[in-house]
Amino acid sequence: MPNETIISIKNLWKSFGKNDVLKGVNLTVNKGEDLVILGRSGSGKSVTIKCLVGLVEADKGKIAVFGTDITNLKNEELNKIRVRVGFMFQNGALYDSMSVRQNLAFTLKHHTKDLSDEEIEKKIIEALENVGLKEAIDTMPAELSGGMRKRIGLARTLIINPEIILYDEPTSGLDTITSREISELILSVQKKYKTTSIIITHDMACAKMTGNRIMILKDGVINAEGTYDELEKSEDEWVRSFFI
Amino acid sequence: MIQSYFKDICEETGNFALFGGRFFREIVKLPFQINEFFRQCYAIGYKSLPLVSITGFIMGLVLTIQSRPTMTKFGAESWLPSMVSLSLIREIAPVITALICAGKIASGIGAELGSMKVTEQIDAMEVSAINPYKYLVVTRILATTLMVPILVIYADFVGVFGGYIGFNVHGDMGLYRYFSDVFEHLEFLDLMPAVIKTFFFGFFIGLIGCYKGFNASSGTASVGIAANEAVVSASLAIFIIDMMAVQLTDLFF
Repeated sequence: MPNETIISIKNLWKSFGKNDVLKGVNLTVNKGEDLVILGRSGSGKSVTIKCLVGLVEADKGKIAVFGTDITNLKNEELNKIRVRVGFMFQNGALYDSMSVRQNLAFTLKHHTKDLSDEEIEKKIIEALENVGLKEAIDTMPAELSGGMRKRIGLARTLIINPEIILYDEPTSGLDTITSREISELILSVQKKYKTTSIIITHDMACAKMTGNRIMILKDGVINAEGTYDELEKSEDEWVRSFFI
Repeated sequence: MIQSYFKDICEETGNFALFGGRFFREIVKLPFQINEFFRQCYAIGYKSLPLVSITGFIMGLVLTIQSRPTMTKFGAESWLPSMVSLSLIREIAPVITALICAGKIASGIGAELGSMKVTEQIDAMEVSAINPYKYLVVTRILATTLMVPILVIYADFVGVFGGYIGFNVHGDMGLYRYFSDVFEHLEFLDLMPAVIKTFFFGFFIGLIGCYKGFNASSGTASVGIAANEAVVSASLAIFIIDMMAVQLTDLFF
């Protein structure tokens, strides 16, 4: 269905103590769209996507994912939404006590009870091939570089075939070449799996490559919205400062 | 100032009670994480054996050597095996072993879960629709509740054997006669209350370790704080439970 809205946030508010982080965020994401959220550190970008999967509880507002308002859902109901939404954490968030194979199998086994060991192994290898790290299957997370951890984190997300993937600063802390590789990987995932994505980033090269729409968060609200080219030519000096 | 301190204590107590209460709700829900439970039993029980063996042996040895002069002075040297075994089984072995477990296990759980929290591994489980409380907390609390009593019973035996070695530093008594003396004066009621209280020791060691780790704030420093607070709180809990257990035992037995 063209232009089907699968994420909708209306008047989202969130405070931590006396610090009001989000002050009425509104956004919608259509199916197949790749939205980039930009903003200065501490502007509430990560909080926004964490609210989408129930990791952070909103103070006020409505969050609808796949048409279901998740703000008052019980955990069991929320989990039905969560299996359709992948989340790539800033540092991969791989389980330290498990090998790469076990990291991927752990998530898969929890959601697919009827798969045989051979089928699980096949899916693990396929997911690792998609991120170009098949050879890392038996390594422990501590032995991986930052870029590799992010790739494995993405493979773990992909293994359950999510319809939406939320990327929390996928290129932070990486060198330019590795950042570009991660951005290309996100792009290939978007094309191959036809996912809808929200990408939180500071990296303008990543934003240009992976996003077809950009929103800029300032003082807890969406301050500007448009394509990369539109925002680059914005009359607002503050918006243009991101593109320098 | 005092008001805010009082409020913090009330909040912490309430959160701890809710966290502990959730254990009883989650434990009856399927599926049970049996593999993780056995992994934790191995890590908590089997890997603590060398430490418990050494401390248990030294407890029995030292208690016997230290008690001997006083017992000899009162002409009660022959009572030494039963006195040492009763002291060990009723009080010293459960409390010392539990304190060692608080140091080793509660701090380990606090640091492990704290570091998982800080590096977003617990969040990763949650967003993958995997219940982190059930997987991480329930299995660890069950493992400590089961393993600490087993370690204490093991420490009882090693401690009594240490007492035998300690007795023979200045004496000469056969192993068979020593253990005959020990079991002659030992009753089931000496063992039972001591073992029952160790289940509570184990439960609170696991619960406190998990609570501190699960609620670590962001930043690597909080991992150390979680581990430290887990040891201090679990050790304190052991003394409080022990005091209550002694009062109850005194009342009913």
